[in-house]
Amino acid sequence: MSKLMSWVDARFPLSKFIKEDLTDYPTPRNLSYWWNFGFLAGFVLVLQIISGIFLAMHYKADASLAFDSVEHIMREVNYGWLIRYVHSTGASAFFAVIFIHMARTLYYGSYRAPRELMWWTGQGLLLLLMATAFMGYLLPWGQMSYWGAQVITNLFRATPFIGDEVVVWLRGGFSIGDATLTRFFALHYLFPFLIVAVVLIHLVALHSVKSSNPSGINLAEKDNIPFHPYFTAKDFYGLGVFLIIFCYFVFFMPQFFIEADNNIPANPLKTPTHIVPEWYFLPFYAILRSIPDLLGGVIAMGLSVMIFAAMPFLDRSSIPGGARYRPFYRVLFYVFVIDVIVLGYVGAKPPTGVLVVVGQVSTFIYFGLFALLPFLSIKEDKWLRKRGLPAEVDVLIKSESEEIEKKAKKNT
Amino acid sequence: MSDDEVKNPEKPGRRYFLETVTGVVAGAGVCGAAWPFISSMNPSTDVLAKSTAEVDLGDIAVGEAKTVEWQGKPVFILHRTPEQIAEVRKSVDTKDPTPDEQRVQKPEWLVVVGLCTHLGCVPSRKDKGWFCPCHGSVYDNSGRILSGPAPKNLILPEYEFLTENRILIGKKEG
Ligand code: FES
Repeated sequence: MSKLMSWVDARFPLSKFIKEDLTDYPTPRNLSYWWNFGFLAGFVLVLQIISGIFLAMHYKADASLAFDSVEHIMREVNYGWLIRYVHSTGASAFFAVIFIHMARTLYYGSYRAPRELMWWTGQGLLLLLMATAFMGYLLPWGQMSYWGAQVITNLFRATPFIGDEVVVWLRGGFSIGDATLTRFFALHYLFPFLIVAVVLIHLVALHSVKSSNPSGINLAEKDNIPFHPYFTAKDFYGLGVFLIIFCYFVFFMPQFFIEADNNIPANPLKTPTHIVPEWYFLPFYAILRSIPDLLGGVIAMGLSVMIFAAMPFLDRSSIPGGARYRPFYRVLFYVFVIDVIVLGYVGAKPPTGVLVVVGQVSTFIYFGLFALLPFLSIKEDKWLRKRGLPAEVDVLIKSESEEIEKKAKKNT
Repeated sequence: MSDDEVKNPEKPGRRYFLETVTGVVAGAGVCGAAWPFISSMNPSTDVLAKSTAEVDLGDIAVGEAKTVEWQGKPVFILHRTPEQIAEVRKSVDTKDPTPDEQRVQKPEWLVVVGLCTHLGCVPSRKDKGWFCPCHGSVYDNSGRILSGPAPKNLILPEYEFLTENRILIGKKEG
């Protein structure tokens, strides 16, 4: 065995990689369970790819066969029901995990220097994930699939000058049809592998800047511990908890995330009385609806997803980390979370009466918070400096940076 | 590399010219090669061939609306009553004001594409017009937008009367 290893090592840095990036990879010792979600996202990605490939062996991407082939999977294929429910529940799990992963990054300020590229590759992953989920949702060819795709592809009509042509081009027909279904299937199969590629970039960036930690302070060597066994154990424990919840949905509430209307085959001549997107798109959908103008709505919705990328620029504080030592920022964070939940609720309901106003106010707050951040973070910074950071934080920052300096001196 | 350039690398010469030309040709080549792929995603000829629909109006009673399929899209055909005509002719006070005369060929027959101009749901029939369930746009019996997020009136397809009671929706190609 060791002979084989040294044969390989002479040609490929295998044991070096295992040592430096897996077993001995230095990890801050104070990571909480909020740091589990990156690993969980990776797990769900693999789960989706595997279940998806097996579904593709039985699924037929043809407008006249698609709906029935899904029924065929559910009724006749051995364990087809299980694989499909894992895949449909997995989509929701993926977004749940990613949203928590993002919330953690926002709360602890992990997007700040030097981790901007992690945040931006993450933003790219979010877009890819949304596109993949959206296209996958058309494949069962139910009413919600059909009309969801109809509404979303129609958004491209807002393209200046060539809007109508773009929509026809995307659909491959004058309305959603067979051509749309087959291209969505092709791309739905492709995109996960693009996601894998971007995840690798995300991880290379991570291993160069290393994990952030709850304090937001760069920790010296003495406060880092090897990834294995400490964080392999912690990640797998978290995985166990995740799987319990996940399996509960798969086995006991598999239809929870599936709209009832999607059990009716797609009908191009009849819109369901109330169209709702999947839950993970609801806040963005609410923002789209809150702007009374099509182009304005589309821009606002696009911006509401992309604005996260601006966080490293908007946050102008010099206090390390995120909400932990920064009371103003913490308030901002919680208001944001509540606002997103309100938007999600508004997005799920028909747009009538006060809900329209609630949606518009929440949209305003959503963007207002991002707009407020630069001023607030500078104000907060001054206020905190004047007042002095809590003693233990000051001590921690000093001792860690001294330690890091000492190490740097020794090395030169 | 000419002697001149070796001695004086700051001054771009023939090399610079060749690089630019190669770059431009390669770029144009990539764009040209991409075109067949982009174009393949447009509607195929068999889809285009089915781009007209002939409809018999004989079985639509006065005051009744019928939905027919054209290019995969629903088309509403409304056989309007004299009162309905009178009402839509009265006012053009809508978001996208167009007199009813310009929206029909014969006053009793309204032919519109049955897709909401907001995001493309199919509005449902109400006695005063149509109501879109998706985001609440309201259209009158001329297919004109009265309220809601939709920016425009329901689209008018091209159609012609073949006989008194038959219409052809869509343009005949060639
Ligand atoms: S699609 Fe009809 S109101 Fe939005």
